[in-house]
Amino acid sequence: MAALATGGGMPSDGATSFQRKVPASSRLATIAGTRPSVRHGQLLLSSGLPSLDCVLGGGLAVGTLLLIEEDKYSIYSNLLFKYFLAEGIVCGHNLFVASAKEDPADILKELPAPLFDDAHKNQVNEKETAIKSKQESQESMKIAWRYQNLPRIEVSPAASARIGHYYDVSKMVSPELLQSTKWHRFFVPEEMSLHPEIKTCNMTCGYTRLLQSIQRIIYQEGFDGSYPQNKAIMERVTNLSDTVVGLESFIGSERETNPLYKDYQGLIHVHKIPRLNSLICDVSGTKDLAFRLKRKLFTIEVRETVLFHYLEPERWSKSYHLV
Amino acid sequence: MFLELNELLNASPERPEQGKLTLLCDTKTDGSFLVHHFLSFYLKAGCKVCFVALLQSFSHYNIIAQKLGVSLTAAKERGQLVFLEGLKSCFDVLFGEEQHVGQTNPLRFVSEDGSNLKTMYEFVRTSLMASGSDSWKCPVLLMDDLSVLLSLGVRPVDVLDFIHYCRVAVCSQLKGNIVVLVHSNDDSEDEANELVVNSLCHQSNLILWAEGLATGFCKDVHGQLKIIQKGSSELKAERNLLRIYQYKIQDKNVTFFARGMSAAVL
Repeated sequence: MAALATGGGMPSDGATSFQRKVPASSRLATIAGTRPSVRHGQLLLSSGLPSLDCVLGGGLAVGTLLLIEEDKYSIYSNLLFKYFLAEGIVCGHNLFVASAKEDPADILKELPAPLFDDAHKNQVNEKETAIKSKQESQESMKIAWRYQNLPRIEVSPAASARIGHYYDVSKMVSPELLQSTKWHRFFVPEEMSLHPEIKTCNMTCGYTRLLQSIQRIIYQEGFDGSYPQNKAIMERVTNLSDTVVGLESFIGSERETNPLYKDYQGLIHVHKIPRLNSLICDVSGTKDLAFRLKRKLFTIEVRETVLFHYLEPERWSKSYHLV
Repeated sequence: MFLELNELLNASPERPEQGKLTLLCDTKTDGSFLVHHFLSFYLKAGCKVCFVALLQSFSHYNIIAQKLGVSLTAAKERGQLVFLEGLKSCFDVLFGEEQHVGQTNPLRFVSEDGSNLKTMYEFVRTSLMASGSDSWKCPVLLMDDLSVLLSLGVRPVDVLDFIHYCRVAVCSQLKGNIVVLVHSNDDSEDEANELVVNSLCHQSNLILWAEGLATGFCKDVHGQLKIIQKGSSELKAERNLLRIYQYKIQDKNVTFFARGMSAAVL
C-alpha cells in the first residue's frame, strides 16, 4: 500500500559536501536503522535478517505491509518475527506486538540477542533476512502515511549505509535492553473481552487507532497456523499486502531425508514485491531460494548451490552467499 | 502512455474514443502499469479525469506519471484531474472528528453500513460534470482498483450497482469513458471477486488482461497481455477480437512483442 517518506530533519552525517538542494520539507529524517532507497527514494528498514533484505530489494519500505505465509509448524516464521522485533529493539524503535495466541510479553522475552561482534560481521559476507508480518510502528506512533516525497539520489556510497544486524538465536536478549524499549501490546483474547463492539467513529486515542487499522489483518491472517486457512481471504490479503513471502519447511516432508537438503531447513518463496514509485521493482534474478539456520546465522541461498554443496562439499564448505 | 500499446489498441490521444468501458484485469502479476498508461493517455488527450485511487498514495502515481511525461500536480491545479486518495480519505473516515468527516466523504461507507457506495457515485458524478468554464474533452473515470472495495466490506452486488450507475452517468449521459482495474485468479476461491470480474467482462467494450507467464518468472518477459475487443455492432453479432502479446516493463516504458519474439530470444 502506501509508499511514504517522512519530512523534516537534518541531513545525515557523513554526507559529502556536494548535496542536492531539496526543499526543507522533503528532507528525509534520519531514523535509526533506516536508509533511503536509491531505487525509489523511500525509507527502507531492515527486516532483521540482512539476507532477506537483499532478496526484498534492500529492505522493507517504511509504510508497507509484509505478509508471511507460515511454514507447517510455524517454527521458522516465529523465528522471523523474533528477528524483526529484535531489530526494532536494537534500533530503538517503538514496537507494537499483536498476538492471537501467545502473550506478547512472553514473545518479547524470547527474542534473540544481537551480535555486535565486528570480526564476525566481516567474516560473514552474506546478508541475513527475516520476514515479518507485523507492522512495526515508528518513533512517534503516528501512522505516517503520506508525505510528499521527492526522490533523492544518494551521493554517499550505499555500502556505508547498510542496515541490519546479526542475531544469536541461542542467547536471549538482555532484560535491560528490553526494559528500555517502549512497546505496546494487543492480545486478541484480552481485546475481545474489553471491546465486544467495535465502534470506529468514537475511538480517539492513538493506541486504538493503530489497533483498528491492523485488526482486520490480524483476524484474517491467522497468526497461528492452526486456524483453518480460508483461501478466499488469503487471496484478498495477499492482494492487499505489499510484500508477500512464503516459508516452506522441510519438516515432515519427504525432503527432510533427502541428502541434497541435509544442511537446509526449508525453502523461501517470494510471492510479491511492491513496485513503489516506479513501474519496476528490484527483483532478484532467481526465485528459487532455500534457507538454513545455524546458531548465529540465518542464511538464504540460491537453490542451485544446494546441489553444489552436495556434490563437492570440500570446495563449497564455506557458504555460498547470496549476493 | 506507452506508444506501443497505443498502436496495438489503435488509439491516439488526439481522438480518444467515447462512451467505452475498459476493463483492466490482472492474474498472478501486477497490472498497475496499465493504470498508469491510461492515466497519462487521457491526461495527454485533454480529457477531464476523475481518478479513484484506493491502492497507493498520490506521490506514487505522481512520480510514475512524471516519468511518462505528465505532471499530476499540474493537472490537479488546472482542474483537469480530480484525485481521490483512498488511503487518506479512509483514514479520515475512520479516525477523523465528526465535523471534519461531514456528509460528503466518498468513502463514508467504510464506517457506516459498509456497503452503500452512493456517496462515492455522487462524488464521481459531480467531479465529472462539465462546468461552464471547462474546455476539456470527454470525461473519464479511472478506478484503481475495484477488488479493494470488496475487501473493505462492500457486497459484490453493490459494486456492480455502482459501476452501472457510473456507466449511465459517465458513458451515456456525459459521453465519457470508464477504466477499471480488478484482480482475478484462474482457480480463485474468492467467489465475490469472480462474480464482479465476470460481470464486468460481459459489460466492457475492451478487456486488457495481464497475466504472469504460465512457465514462471522470467527476467526478459514479465508477462502476457490479452487484448479482447468486443465486436462493435451487437446487431451483426461480430466476433470478439482476441490478441495476445507479451511484454516487458522498463523504467519508463513497456515494450510489447508477439509471443516468443522477445528481444532476448531473437
